[in-house]
Amino acid sequence: MKDIILRLNKLFESRIRLGIMSILVVNDWVDFKYLKETLDLTDGNLASHLHSLEKNNYIHVRKGFIGRKPNTSFSVTDVGRKEFKLHLNALERLIKNI
Amino acid sequence: MDNKQEQLDTLQQMRKLMEQSSRFISLSGLAGVFVGIIALAGGLVGYWYFDYSFYYPDYGYLVFDTSGELLSEFLIFLFLNATAMLVLALFIGTYLTIRKAKKKGLPMWDNVAKRMVINLFIPLAAGGVFILTLLTQKQVELVVPVTLIFYGLALINGSKYTLNDIRYLGIIQIILGLICAYYNGYALLFWIMGFGILHIVYGLYLHFKYER
Repeated sequence: MKDIILRLNKLFESRIRLGIMSILVVNDWVDFKYLKETLDLTDGNLASHLHSLEKNNYIHVRKGFIGRKPNTSFSVTDVGRKEFKLHLNALERLIKNI
Repeated sequence: MDNKQEQLDTLQQMRKLMEQSSRFISLSGLAGVFVGIIALAGGLVGYWYFDYSFYYPDYGYLVFDTSGELLSEFLIFLFLNATAMLVLALFIGTYLTIRKAKKKGLPMWDNVAKRMVINLFIPLAAGGVFILTLLTQKQVELVVPVTLIFYGLALINGSKYTLNDIRYLGIIQIILGLICAYYNGYALLFWIMGFGILHIVYGLYLHFKYER
């Protein structure tokens, strides 16, 4: 039991970060606006969660422009994808065991 | 126990996010029904034009003249009938799909919708160009089977980005198209079956599965 809980990723304790990862793993590149609308978050809130994911090298950040407007998109890294999978497996086992 | 419920909720929410951000789920079943009815009507107009016959050699004189050239009346009829159906079908289909997206509070034209449309249109465009070539070479017999086959391929290609059920509709259309290529005298009948009746049946199925 304790073993399983240890396998849960601390970084994914937040539902928002988990939500971001859920969207990113099934897409190539997703822009800030789409994440914000889908998850229904404020700019600042989303940015801070994205920042912590980026710091841990779970996501790539690509800054670009659409016309003259700055546009930032995100995609999941190999590390991020692997950690997300491990976390899901741990969650699944946790649910089955309780 | 509480913890378990919480984790289950989390998983469910994640599933929803993954689905919503990778598939276009606002496709309307009712739109399918209406598109089918339009196709049925268009097919029956064809039946009327061809002197109430479903069998090609019987109405060959309405398609080719005595020297084997395609009659311009036939081409004009084909063009008008097809354009009318296309415009009506696109209009109603888009309207009903927008309505469903609004009801669900989802964006209508996002990346997922774009991806679906692009993937749908690749085989469709290839089929369209191919059919124009067939017409210029007077291979009228193959137009309907090719329409059905390429439409089926388009559905299979687009199904990766929308409701998976569309995939089976695509497979049925291809099978219908292949049978039609063999029995091409009855092309009009196959066309009505594929675009009319199948759309109506499938639209109703989707409607009751997802919109009830």
